[in-house]
Amino acid sequence: MWKFLISVIALTAAALAQQHSYTAADIEAGARLYASACGSCHGAGGDNIPGVNFAKALFKTAKSDEDLNRIIRNGVPQGGMPPSSFSEMQAATIVAYLRSMTGPAVAVGGSDRANPSPAGDAERGRAIVEGKGNCLSCHRISGKGGQSAPDLTAVAAPGRGRPQGRVLMERLERALLEPSAEIPVEFRSYRVVTRDGRTITGRLLNQDTFTVQLRDSNERLASFSKSDLREFGFVSSPMPSYRDKLTAQELADVVSYLATLKGQANR
Amino acid sequence: MIARILSIAAILFSTAGGLYAQVSYERLLRAQQEPQNWLTYSGSYSSHRHSSLTQITRDNVRNLELQWVLQVRSLTGSDKFEATPLVVDGVMYTVRPPNEVVALDAVTGRIFWTYTHTPSNQARVCCGRVNRGLAILGNSLFMGTIDGRLLALSASTGEVLWNVQVAKPESGYALTLAPLVIKDKVIVGPAGGEYGIRGFIAAYDAQTGKEVWRFNTIPGPGEPGHETWGGDSWTRGGGSIWTTGSYDPELNLTYWGVGNPAPDWNGDSRPGDNLYTESVVALDADTGKLKWHYQFTPHDEFDYDSTQVPVLVDMPWQGKPRKLMLWANRNGFWYVLDRQTGQFLQAKPFAKVNWADGFDEKGRPNKVLNPTAEGALVYPNNQGATNWYSPSYSPRTGFFYIPTWHDAGSVYTKDPKGVPYTEGQQYTGLFPTMPVPALVPRPTNDRLPQEAAGAVQALDARTGERKWEFRMSDVIDGGVLTTASDLVFSGGREGYFLALDARNGEMLWKSMVGGQISNGPMTYAVGGRQYVAVAAGNGLFVYALRQ
Repeated sequence: MWKFLISVIALTAAALAQQHSYTAADIEAGARLYASACGSCHGAGGDNIPGVNFAKALFKTAKSDEDLNRIIRNGVPQGGMPPSSFSEMQAATIVAYLRSMTGPAVAVGGSDRANPSPAGDAERGRAIVEGKGNCLSCHRISGKGGQSAPDLTAVAAPGRGRPQGRVLMERLERALLEPSAEIPVEFRSYRVVTRDGRTITGRLLNQDTFTVQLRDSNERLASFSKSDLREFGFVSSPMPSYRDKLTAQELADVVSYLATLKGQANR
Repeated sequence: MIARILSIAAILFSTAGGLYAQVSYERLLRAQQEPQNWLTYSGSYSSHRHSSLTQITRDNVRNLELQWVLQVRSLTGSDKFEATPLVVDGVMYTVRPPNEVVALDAVTGRIFWTYTHTPSNQARVCCGRVNRGLAILGNSLFMGTIDGRLLALSASTGEVLWNVQVAKPESGYALTLAPLVIKDKVIVGPAGGEYGIRGFIAAYDAQTGKEVWRFNTIPGPGEPGHETWGGDSWTRGGGSIWTTGSYDPELNLTYWGVGNPAPDWNGDSRPGDNLYTESVVALDADTGKLKWHYQFTPHDEFDYDSTQVPVLVDMPWQGKPRKLMLWANRNGFWYVLDRQTGQFLQAKPFAKVNWADGFDEKGRPNKVLNPTAEGALVYPNNQGATNWYSPSYSPRTGFFYIPTWHDAGSVYTKDPKGVPYTEGQQYTGLFPTMPVPALVPRPTNDRLPQEAAGAVQALDARTGERKWEFRMSDVIDGGVLTTASDLVFSGGREGYFLALDARNGEMLWKSMVGGQISNGPMTYAVGGRQYVAVAAGNGLFVYALRQ
């Protein structure tokens, strides 16, 4: 039984390592492990070690995902990288994350879910967003809608660290079903209230002991001295879950529509 | 006759010139009496990193203004600019990473000369090609190199006077510390705890570079403490030395903190307490003979290097005057020891600690956690509650100032198969992980403040009670300087160089220098004007009051 289990795990790991396409869940799991163990030397951007740059797929010796997986587990003794306690499966998720760091150029696909979503129709999705979904009462798309929630005009725009393809679709779907669960940093809402009573909500870009830096809901860059603020901090999402409000098909339609929102082209 | 007068004049001139620049041992002994200069790594043999200069005060510190910047060549990977400069009579000497000595005008920042030692490509360092500074005696500067060499240079010209091999770089030995000069000797030890070195502290004749004595931090057969190592584990037991020690001239004892045992995170192959790793050792400065030791973390498996600067303070302890040693350890505890006998007097946590829950009367910690196959969550984490960052003691406030990490714990996992050793390769065990993203240097900080923070905290040295704490949104890799005008200078990874009120921690001034503070700040004066210098990112930044 053990032998069988182990061989299944090994097979799965091998399959994961070889498929070269990863699910959003793999990448997110890998990102967490990367941050917990790899980032302290390689840096958050993956370019801290001379001759290695994950965002540019530049490695010293690794040629394949299998090489990367082995190095993550065994280290590079002569190069100063210690071995890790990661399993082959865990290492595979880190490889998934490393591969995702190169940005939208890497094709992503495949899904590990038992019931993949039905294919969506973007036009039907737009009707839901503008109609029964009531999304525009808070969100804004191409200049239309509210401003209390993140502007979705470019929610699917490519960029460094911004997933595309299936990873993006899964992330969007998750955001609709569980709005407050693990909101990616770029979608976390941060609110400051100034001493003179102004409230500014936006994305937290940076902070330190004395200051915070935001991109506000009008895409303006703003820096505040904490001493000028009455309050500041992350806010949990006021957005309701659409799990019981939309059917699986409607959900897929909305996701399909959101995935077309890539910024200027939609105007 | 004229020729003779000229030659006499030349002799007189050269003698006078020579005397002017000579830093005698007597001057090192009384370094605190010439606060315009900074003659040793920590400012004095007692290592208080405290200056009696008072021109910059709590009232005028807001008028500090940048005077000049010394830039380094570009840094890569984990390289950092960690050197504390020396200043002798208006001339500054420092080291740009990895091993370039620079002599410059301490007023203008103009360079007099540079000397570049290009390390062998056999050099290997765990954590960046760094150097923490120089020592000086007479007209000679002393620098350790990351390829395991010790050099003496002329302070006037940068010319190499001697250059000796201390240990083999290809086996993982590297010198990253600032040497300590005592009498006519230069004392150093090697880094390399991640490479399975066998550590030592060694003294070299300042004139010739000849080794005078050596103390093995991992005792061999026949040496006391050898019995604390199972099998042949002592041959690769670590015990690195990478932060400068201190010296008590009355006792003629020099004190050094010793680094981690190897392999770092799996002690199965080295059963026993593993002396003298994670200990402070008190050595006779003339012979290197061990007078006493105290081990902070017996049989360490959490990489709690005890490579902190030993701070020597004479003050009453429980009513009686006593020669004390104060120590905030990477393992999260604050210690008070009797530095004459090594007697354990007090230990208290100064950050979150869960690996030990108390001490016996001899000061042995009651360890309650170890790495396991499943992983154990341990506080403080692998980076420690503090590290090599210089603390400071102010005799005016009686406070001890600690650069502190309040961070998430590390999960330590042990591979039951053990750790293979190959000479010159990393010999560590499994790298500990963190349940939340590690506080790595990165351009932006979007963590929640409750996830982790850095701090400068002040403890009352008499009681270990926390008097104040200045919290920062990111951790701290820099040291602390105090002055007799009750100022604290420090700064963290965010890149703010800070002046705090030494009595209550109130922030009085800050300057954003755009790179993490990476050394212990120091201060000096030239022509009656006080300067404060700090290394951060790619530069050394020097401030003085606006004129």
